[in-house]
Amino acid sequence: MSRFRVTGKGRVDHHAPVRFTFDGKSFFGLRGDTLASALLANGVHLVGRSFKYHRPRGIVTAGSEEPNALVGTSRGRGRFEPNTRATLQELRSGLVAESQNRLPSLKFDVGAINDALSPLFSAGFYYKTFMWPKGFWDKVYEPVIRAAAGLGRAPETTDPDRYASRHAHTDVLVIGAGPAGIAAALAAAKAGAKVVLAEETAEIGGALLSDPEVVIDGAKAWNWIAARAADLAESGVRVMTRTTAIGYYHQNMIGLAERLTDHLDSVPENAPRERLWRIRARHVVLAQGAIEKPLVFHGNDRPGVMLAGAAQTYLHRFGVRVGDSAAVVTSHDSAWHAAFDLQDAGTGIAVIVDTRTDVREDLVAEAERRGIRLRLGHTATGTDGRLRVSALRINPLRDGSVGNGTKVFCDCVLMCGGWTPSLHLFSHTKGTLKWDAENTAFLPDRKSEAVEIAGAGRGLWGYGAALDDGAKAGALAAEALGLSAAAPTHDVRQDRPGTGTAHEELPTDHDRGHTRAFVDFQNDVTAKDIRLAVREGMRSIEHVKRYTTTGMATDQGKLSNINGLLIASNALGKEPPKVGLTTFRPPYTPTTFGTFAGYHRGAHFEVTRKTPIDSWAAENGAVWEPVGQWRRARYFPQGSEDMDDAVARECRAVREGVGLFDASTLGKIEVTGPDAAEFMNRMYTNPWTKLAPGKLRYGVLLGEDGFIRDDGVIGRISDHRFHVTTTTGGAARVLNMMEDYLQTEWPDLDVWLTSTTEQWAVAALNGPKARTVLDGLVEGLDISNEAFPMMSVADCTVAGIPARLFRLSFTGELGYEINVPARHGRALWEALMEAGKAHGITPYGTETMHVLRAEKGFIIVGQDTDGTVTPDDAGLDWAIGKAKPDFVGKRSLARPDLVAQGRRQLVGLLTQDGKVRLDEGAQIVDDPNQPTPMKMIGHVTSSYHSATLGRSIAMAVIENGRARMGETVHVPTGKGVEAAVIASAVFYDPEGGRAKL
Amino acid sequence: MLLIHCPYCDETLPESEFAYAGEAHIARPADPSATTDEEWRDYLFIRSNVKGAHYERWRHVHGCARFFNAVRDTVSDRFLTTYPAGAPRPALSDLEASE
Ligand SMILES: [Zn+2]
Repeated sequence: MSRFRVTGKGRVDHHAPVRFTFDGKSFFGLRGDTLASALLANGVHLVGRSFKYHRPRGIVTAGSEEPNALVGTSRGRGRFEPNTRATLQELRSGLVAESQNRLPSLKFDVGAINDALSPLFSAGFYYKTFMWPKGFWDKVYEPVIRAAAGLGRAPETTDPDRYASRHAHTDVLVIGAGPAGIAAALAAAKAGAKVVLAEETAEIGGALLSDPEVVIDGAKAWNWIAARAADLAESGVRVMTRTTAIGYYHQNMIGLAERLTDHLDSVPENAPRERLWRIRARHVVLAQGAIEKPLVFHGNDRPGVMLAGAAQTYLHRFGVRVGDSAAVVTSHDSAWHAAFDLQDAGTGIAVIVDTRTDVREDLVAEAERRGIRLRLGHTATGTDGRLRVSALRINPLRDGSVGNGTKVFCDCVLMCGGWTPSLHLFSHTKGTLKWDAENTAFLPDRKSEAVEIAGAGRGLWGYGAALDDGAKAGALAAEALGLSAAAPTHDVRQDRPGTGTAHEELPTDHDRGHTRAFVDFQNDVTAKDIRLAVREGMRSIEHVKRYTTTGMATDQGKLSNINGLLIASNALGKEPPKVGLTTFRPPYTPTTFGTFAGYHRGAHFEVTRKTPIDSWAAENGAVWEPVGQWRRARYFPQGSEDMDDAVARECRAVREGVGLFDASTLGKIEVTGPDAAEFMNRMYTNPWTKLAPGKLRYGVLLGEDGFIRDDGVIGRISDHRFHVTTTTGGAARVLNMMEDYLQTEWPDLDVWLTSTTEQWAVAALNGPKARTVLDGLVEGLDISNEAFPMMSVADCTVAGIPARLFRLSFTGELGYEINVPARHGRALWEALMEAGKAHGITPYGTETMHVLRAEKGFIIVGQDTDGTVTPDDAGLDWAIGKAKPDFVGKRSLARPDLVAQGRRQLVGLLTQDGKVRLDEGAQIVDDPNQPTPMKMIGHVTSSYHSATLGRSIAMAVIENGRARMGETVHVPTGKGVEAAVIASAVFYDPEGGRAKL
Repeated sequence: MLLIHCPYCDETLPESEFAYAGEAHIARPADPSATTDEEWRDYLFIRSNVKGAHYERWRHVHGCARFFNAVRDTVSDRFLTTYPAGAPRPALSDLEASE
């Protein structure tokens, strides 16, 4: 076993070695290790290269706030994860880990040239460096930045793992199972509350796991934890370990990510890897503790430089010494305890440097008793070493000036710049923070949710204070629910309370313009960058953040934000609260996409709506097209046909014989009641009063702003009943709009609205032979042209199925839409196919339907209109009931801009070369040779090849288009500019006789 | 995810059952043709856009399907009250007093 492993220490199992690999090399750790502690036990500090400068970096922390030790981990094919925090990843047998951002190897990296070129990459480099020369952007800068960008490498295959999600409700949710959280959960549970206690790591105890000598109520820390774990179980508290609270949402809903299998040697088949919890709590207690702050000095990012508290955790929780000889640099008492504990475990303490001259007497006396060299009133100004720190440079501080530097040899530097209360989740609630000058920290102020903050999270230091405060918070939470609660106090011995002072960048004798004192390790931001940003005019911390990218890495500045703020406020000469703190946003820690997606993947990602005829289309080779949530048959290729071939054949069949189309997706709304006609009059532009039962009418629906929202054919079934059809995508919107007016504007109308979209299957039979096919199937209705003319509706039976038969045409040919109860849809379809066999009946899809309607100039709302098109723009002026006093949108049709000249009007467009098909959405100009920016006069809305006409056709909206028939305009194509002539949009059978045969 | 009280169902339910429906108490003019262009413009487009207590409409679209009114603080997203469509606008002073 490595000399860095301390026998008998830690919560690891010293008899259970676990093999893993890092960058292809095999190592052993122990059961209970994290990847980080296992690497440190093997003497490995260098674990990655930094993002921008590719500087060698080591492990800095022992928690989820880790900025450097991000590694790729994998468990076989498809199960690769980049940016795994080595400090959170529990060691498992066979774990494969690799370092990131290095090329070709971790120890020799060519990207480190960026480090030498660092003046180029200073604050705002994105905005400045790459501006000149202009042509360099595309060819040089962008490709280089792209190659260098990104943290880690993306997985290359679909994630094969399963992810779960669950909702839960509880009285009290306690987040963080350190001493404060445990005390809070127990106090609330003993008062009778239902409690959930969530803990990010593998076990409860928090900082006490790293301080085993503390004695609480007569029990040593770890015994106390074990007893409380039993207590929690007995009190019915649900303890969730490996569960990170990632977001705090409105009305006390907390999102938590539970890691279920990443720590297991082998994963049970089909076990979910992670589970997203949405827990609604009546009261929340945040007991997330505090995060240790690094000190900012030249070379503070060298591998081997880490937080003192992290070293203490590695020692006590994992039984690992982080080095043989430690130099301690601190401005807070807590690092002194870490030094003593490490010395007891056999690590030499080369020096304790404290920036303060006035340090607690008991600490100084203890250090002297131990023979540790002390340097009070000193600063750190540099480190030596390449891939690992080898020396720390320290200088005395005298009367505000920095004396001569001396070097202290060491193999690790333990730093502590104080502690930052962890208030990220509290910030998610928009709770306000107030600056505490004495603690140089932001503390919680005004709350916006039912929440308590306990312990170090609100600036309290020491176990006794945290335990009592936690108990009080738990009792308060229970009392808020109307329970009577008690908050026990705790007798704590060997407590380690402490205070400290805060610094911006540590004082130095170097030229600060040349020091590399890192503030944000992950985004490679130095103190110099922040000062530069202020010099260049950034005043708010939000601007400094974006200009320097400090705090914008995946750790959201957990280590760096306060240091960055202190440096910026110092440079600005303002108090920190005047400069402000940036906003924390969910998730608290990076969270896998799989966790957010949960069950919503593959076929479950979104509903796929299928018509009753869908199965027939599937069996007959349909090519699908998504329309809203529906899947629709786009065309039915035969043999080796491509789409153009198939569509041309299907079009010919409808024009010359008969075709069959599944129109079941059309939205359908039944409007009934004594006031149904009046309601229709008010909703649609058309007049309805005089439409006789048994007749159909094309209806146009406007928004109140006068623009077309929807259209469809509407049948009057009886005096008090209308069968309204809407566009496929508009059905829900139209019903919502109808309900809105009916419920809130005209509640006096006696009308009921019912969605019947899914109750009807609809087969559209079109073509000159449509009646011939249908005739033999219809009973109870004479469908001759005289008895059942165009725009009629009647109930009958078709192929023995009760049906509502519409005679209408969206193709320009003789057409029927046969509505039958949905369950008979496929039977109807098959009966029609059978009856049509002798006449060459051809199923056709949406693409053919689009071409056929475009040949007739029929619009599709949402394709030929875009929410800025009036009925007049679309050439639908005839559909407006001008005599009606009012309908939705009528008043707007008189708005000045809607009656102004020069509006874009829907017209046809014929390219000079009939073989050229324009792009839908292409812009249209009058003169293609005018200087840029050119004046656009419209755009192409629909464009197809028409087999019937033997050439391409298009629809477009063009300024004053209807007055410009025969004029030539120009449209860019992929290859150049195409000339096209403005024409009527009705390309085929302009008299409309074919539909009336 | 908000919890919203439907005044018709008299139940407090997850936001996913509801749909937002714009500012409340904007009545459609009884005779739109009698409005000036400016009055009609105001009806169509001008909204209060407050920072604070906002009177707004919601629809319990996946429940009773009815439209109702609410007062919501646009800063905290907290609902101060919900009430049926057509009921008078509750005074803010009453809502704050009842907090
Ligand atoms: Zn309801």
